[in-house]
Amino acid sequence: MTSAVSFQKVSRHFGSVRAVDMVDLDIVPGEFFAMLGPSGSGKTTCLRLIAGFEQPTSGSISIFGERAEGVPPYRRNVNTVFQDYALFPHLNVLDNVAYGLMVKGVGKLERQKAAEEALSLVRLPGYGARRPGQLSGGQRQRVALARALVNQPKVLLLDEPLGALDLKLRENMQEELKSLQKALGITFVFVTHDQGEALSMADRVAVFNDGRIMQIGTPEDIYQRPKTRFVADFVGSSNVLPPDFVQRYSGQHRWGSLRPESIRIGRAAKGDGVAARLVSTNYLGATTRLALDADGLRLHAIVPAGAKLPREGEAVMLTFNREHLHLMDEPA
Amino acid sequence: MRSDGSPSAPLGLKIAAACGLLFLHLPILLIFIYAFTTEEKSFVWPPPGLTTQWFAVTWNRPDVWQALSLSVRVAAISTLVALVLGTLCAAAVSRTQFFGRETISLLVILPIALPGIITGIALRSAFSLAEIPFSFWTIVLGHATFCVVVVYNNAVARFRRTSGSMIEASMDLGADGFQTFRYVVLPNIATALLAGGMLAFALSFDEVIVTTFTAGQQQTLPIWMLEELIRPRQRPVTNVVAMVVVLVTLLPILLAYYLTRDGDQIAGSGK
Repeated sequence: MTSAVSFQKVSRHFGSVRAVDMVDLDIVPGEFFAMLGPSGSGKTTCLRLIAGFEQPTSGSISIFGERAEGVPPYRRNVNTVFQDYALFPHLNVLDNVAYGLMVKGVGKLERQKAAEEALSLVRLPGYGARRPGQLSGGQRQRVALARALVNQPKVLLLDEPLGALDLKLRENMQEELKSLQKALGITFVFVTHDQGEALSMADRVAVFNDGRIMQIGTPEDIYQRPKTRFVADFVGSSNVLPPDFVQRYSGQHRWGSLRPESIRIGRAAKGDGVAARLVSTNYLGATTRLALDADGLRLHAIVPAGAKLPREGEAVMLTFNREHLHLMDEPA
Repeated sequence: MRSDGSPSAPLGLKIAAACGLLFLHLPILLIFIYAFTTEEKSFVWPPPGLTTQWFAVTWNRPDVWQALSLSVRVAAISTLVALVLGTLCAAAVSRTQFFGRETISLLVILPIALPGIITGIALRSAFSLAEIPFSFWTIVLGHATFCVVVVYNNAVARFRRTSGSMIEASMDLGADGFQTFRYVVLPNIATALLAGGMLAFALSFDEVIVTTFTAGQQQTLPIWMLEELIRPRQRPVTNVVAMVVVLVTLLPILLAYYLTRDGDQIAGSGK
C-alpha cells in the first residue's frame, strides 16, 4: 500500500543547524498521526516540508506516491491549519472558507455552497457574513479548519491547532477533531508539544528530539514501552532509572523506566523495597504527585487523591511490580 | 494620572497657543484675500476693492494651464513610480532576511532627510555627467527620489502589521504568487498605498528646490508662481493659483491621514 506521506532520509539544515536530520517516516492513509516533541525538535519543520513551505536539503519526500521535492505548496493536495489560524482579515468568514475554491476558479454559487457545508461541518453554520475579527479564538480555529477541509485535501496538516485555546475548549476540540477525522477518513498529521494531546488523539505518535525521530508507535507503545530515556521522560514524565539501580531488580545492567503511577508508598523498614524520603507533595486534583529521594535518585510517584500520605521529610519504603519496570534499548 | 475630566489649561497658555496658530495661518489667509484685490501691481493692505475677475483671467491664461498640466503629470508619474518601487522595496525589507538589509532601509529613507538642494545638485551633476538632457523625465526622476520614501514608509509599516502566515495560508490553499498578491497582499496594504500615494502626490505637486535643478525650460506650477512674483502684472493671478494649490495638496493629505489613522485593526489579529 502507498503511504500517505513518506520521508526517506530527509534532512533540512539551516546553515549549521540540523532542524531535521535523516528522518524516515511512513504515514498510513487515513490515520491520525501526531508529531510530538519539545520546541525546536524539528516537528514543525517536518510539517512544513510536507506542506511545501520548506524543501529538504537531502532525502526524498512523497505524498501518496508522488515525489514532492520542488513542488510548490499551491500544487500539493495538502492543506494546513496554521497555529495562528492565518485567516484573511479583509474577507468575511464565507469568503475565507471559499478562498481555496475561488483561486481554483470554482463558480461563485458552487463555492459558496461548499463553504456553507464546510462551516456546518465545523458547527459554525450561518457565520459566513462575519469578519474573522468578530470571532472568538475557538471559532476562528473552526473557520481555519473549514477553510482547509473545503478543498478536500488528501492530507490535513495541523500545526499546534489547540495551543491558543483554553483547557475546556481544548478538550472539546480534541474530541471533535478526532470524530471529524474518523468521519472524513482524511489523513491528519498533527504537530504538538503536549504529550497528553498526542496520546489521546493520535493513532500513532512520532516522538521528535533534536531533529530526529526517537520512536514511532501507538500511544500505548510510546507510553508503556519507551525506547529511550528521552521518550520515557518526555512522554508522561516517567522515572528514568540508571543501570546500577535497574540491575538490582531485573538482573540486567540497562537503563529502565518506571511510571510514576506504578510506585506504591509504604511504611519505612517494612519488607524489601526502595528506601526513600518524601521531599514534597503536589496536589493535582484527581491525583497527588510525590517527589521522592531514594539515596540521591530523584523519583516521582502519583497516588490517587484521598490516599493516606506520609508527611514531607518522612522516610518511606517504595515498592513496585517488577513487570512494570521497563528496560530501554538505547541509553540516549 | 490627572487626565480624568481633562483639566483646563491656564489662560496664558491658551493665548500663546492661539497666537502661535494665528502666526501660522494668518499669512495663508492673506494670500487668499489678495486673490480678490483690485490692485494688480503690488499687494496693498487693505485691498482698495474686491473683485472676482482674477478667476476669469487665470482661467484664460495658457501659461497657467501649461504649468498646471505639467505639475499634475509629473506628480502622477512620480507617484506611480514610487508606488511600484516603494512597495517592492518594502516587501523585500520586511519579508526576507538578507545581508545589508538595515543599510538598504536607511539608504531608501535618506533622500527625504537630505536637504532638497543637495538632492537637486547631486541629480543635476549626475544628469550632466551622463549627458542626459533635461526633460519631463528628469523632473519625474528627481521627484521620485522622495516620493519612494513616503510610499516605502507607509508600506513597510503595514507589512510589519500583516501576519506572514497569511501569505503561506494563501499558497497552501492553492493560490500561486500572483493570485496571493492580488487577493491577499494587495487588499491588506491597499489603504497604506493609497495614503502613501496621496502624500507622494502632494509632495511632488508643490516641490520647488529639486525641480529647479532637474527641469530645463519647463515650468511646473510652483516654479511658475516663483517667476510670476517678479513680474509686476496681474499679480492676483498668482494668488488664485495658490488657492488652487493649497486645495489640491491639502485634500489628499487630510484623506491620507484619515485612511492610515483607522488602519490599526487591519492585520495579524489572528491570535
